[in-house]
Amino acid sequence: MRPARVPVVTAVVAAAALTAVTGCTEKSDAKGGGANSVSVTASDDKCEVSKKELSAGHVELAIENKGSKVTEVYLLFPDDRIVSERENIGPGTKQKLTAEVKAGSYEIACKPGMKGDGIRQKVTVTGGGKTAKRDPRLDKAVAEYRAYAQAQADQTLPATKTFTDAVRKGDLDAAKKAYATSRIGWERTEPVAESFGDIDPKVDVREDGLEEGQDLEKDWTGWHRLERALWKDKKIGKREKALATQLDKDLLDWQKRVGKAVITPTSMANGAKELLDEVATGKVTGEEERYSHTDLVDFKANVEGAQKSYELLKPVAAENDPALTKELDKQFAALDKLLEKHREGGAGSYAFTSYDKVGKADRKELHDGVNALAEPLSKLAAAVAKSK
Amino acid sequence: MAESTTTRRSVLGWGGAGLALGAAAAGGAVAMARSGDDVAPAAEPGAAVAFHGAHQAGIATAVQDRLHFAAFDVKTADREEFVQLLKDWTRAAARMTAGHAVGEGAYGGLAEAPPDDTGEALGLRPSRLTLTIGFGPSLFDKFGLADRRPEALVDLPKFPGDNLDKGRSGGDLCVQACADDPQVAVHAIRNLARIGFGKVAVRWSQLGFGKTSSTTPDAQTPRNMMGFKDGTRNISGTDAAALDRHVWVGPKDGTDWMTGGSYLVARRIRMNIETWDRTSLQEQEDVFGRDKGEGAPVGRAKERDEPFLKAMKPDAHVRLAHPDTNGGATILRRGYSFTDGTDGLGRLDAGLFFLAYQRDVRKGFIPVQRSLSRSDALNEYIQHVGSAVFAVPPGVRDKDDWWGRGLFTGKA
Repeated sequence: MRPARVPVVTAVVAAAALTAVTGCTEKSDAKGGGANSVSVTASDDKCEVSKKELSAGHVELAIENKGSKVTEVYLLFPDDRIVSERENIGPGTKQKLTAEVKAGSYEIACKPGMKGDGIRQKVTVTGGGKTAKRDPRLDKAVAEYRAYAQAQADQTLPATKTFTDAVRKGDLDAAKKAYATSRIGWERTEPVAESFGDIDPKVDVREDGLEEGQDLEKDWTGWHRLERALWKDKKIGKREKALATQLDKDLLDWQKRVGKAVITPTSMANGAKELLDEVATGKVTGEEERYSHTDLVDFKANVEGAQKSYELLKPVAAENDPALTKELDKQFAALDKLLEKHREGGAGSYAFTSYDKVGKADRKELHDGVNALAEPLSKLAAAVAKSK
Repeated sequence: MAESTTTRRSVLGWGGAGLALGAAAAGGAVAMARSGDDVAPAAEPGAAVAFHGAHQAGIATAVQDRLHFAAFDVKTADREEFVQLLKDWTRAAARMTAGHAVGEGAYGGLAEAPPDDTGEALGLRPSRLTLTIGFGPSLFDKFGLADRRPEALVDLPKFPGDNLDKGRSGGDLCVQACADDPQVAVHAIRNLARIGFGKVAVRWSQLGFGKTSSTTPDAQTPRNMMGFKDGTRNISGTDAAALDRHVWVGPKDGTDWMTGGSYLVARRIRMNIETWDRTSLQEQEDVFGRDKGEGAPVGRAKERDEPFLKAMKPDAHVRLAHPDTNGGATILRRGYSFTDGTDGLGRLDAGLFFLAYQRDVRKGFIPVQRSLSRSDALNEYIQHVGSAVFAVPPGVRDKDDWWGRGLFTGKA
């Protein structure tokens, strides 16, 4: 939770060269179909496109679903980011999808049954402003990270439902038990969620994150509001049950939007560093989970998410700055070892010592470990950006 | 160690009058100011103090106005890695003391990456910044250095009245940053800490202002937070004979790598300011053994008149601290006042951050503090809350040399 800062994922990208202008799906087709229109014929096992070369600018996809399943069609960047999409295309129906695109490589994906990676076709857009060519290994890293972020969101919804179901049943103990684990996927990929701006304040804001004039009872929503009810007020009322349902709904919104997040290699690198910043400012101090004291679960998840970004970028970073990746390997391992000291369950479990039982000296040691990792991690973006 | 270098060092840092001498003797001591191309002679306030020399700067150097002192714990078990840090620190210290930014600077680099230098000293002059490193007793248990620990680097005994906070005591190593501009001193510690992450971690640190003793005895002695001149009889930074006798470790002192170095004792001394302020003038003057206005010892007229100890009360501070009471024990003091706001009870969290350099802690601080902690009338108004002791190695000789080379390579 970090309400006061501009989401770095977005900020970094604003400075970098964007490859697409917009992803409007409902835009009126002012320029007409003509030369830059492509027909997409979707079936249960095929995704046929009428042409594979398009001109930069306004593009229209004329879609027809000739299959038996409901389908959806995506126009994708090489790193799997969504340029534009059309959902719920019923069997036998036609739909249009429009977008403004710059020169570069793209993919059109049909997803029969609206599931999985879809059936893909590569298309090339030429003309207009040339975009800098990126190392394909970095496109791959971004695509894999996007899949990771999506998987985390996908896993978070059922985990959170276990939690919110318990709240709705008024089962205090079951809700407490499910609380921390429901947050793991979120904490692993928080910079992506924060890049949307509006979801984070709804689901992960702390009491002190509210603005003046906001009502603590009416305007405070999300995990930490429920945390307070469970651990401090020790009761579940009508309001809490309604908030549980609201949390499910807000997270569903997040799950649907992960694919549209703007992710770049440098934003991945800086996102990893940001996760460590989250640990340094919120978890090490015990501010994040002030009622449940489950800070170390978030801590672990933040580090795991940072490590995922790093591992994906490592092949390129190791070429540009081998000393840096050596240091990062060492410091990730060292921090993991430190966390291990506070794990109470078996290997792989997320049962960690309640943070109010972690003494001052141990907190200092954890903080030193975070600094030792975050400082070199802040140099990862440079090591990735060197690659052209 | 060349005798001439000793002289050069002591002249170099000089801040007061008659300093044309400094620039002439210094040679390379002129440095580019941070603003860019204007060249400042060493004699000017705000100029650079030479980093290289037989002794580390920041000991005999004329005391600057501000302090940022930091003690670090070593976090790595890898000797090579620690040695590399000492080399990296040395390089950064040489740059910062000359008024330059660390590494590739504070701006102009890659937009997506944090700059090498934190930037808050940009546009500021070198401000006579000195950076002085010290090695604590606990360091010698690491990296197989136990047999290289100097005998003179003893753990301090427990003194009566000590109320030491572990979080403000000890440390495997320390860096003392002194400068005329607090921002320059803080910038230096901040950047060294940053370079050190993963290898070392800050254990505690202390900011200081209003130097409480001077190494320039012709200047007026500054006052401490109790309003008294304290440290009038300090060793002068130009008195080479006294420095050799009491401050610099000599070649016959038994630890080769320490020759030209010194031993540092740091104590955070909290003052009970509010009760002190309610104390009668007579008692205040009795406690110190000096008058409050001029600073003259009891029964004398001028601050620098030879104190007549027997005229003072037996528990007077000056009487108990005097070398004649302690078998000649003499130390070079470089302490600063501190005020860290208030303590939650509304009391001023203030006092003296005491720094003393000596040739042997057993013959310097320990006998003096034994005498003071038992009987000093001042004890009613002060409490020692932090404590640390460090071996301060000799100076970095040239650009190929580095802090602690003698300790780690066995070559003096």
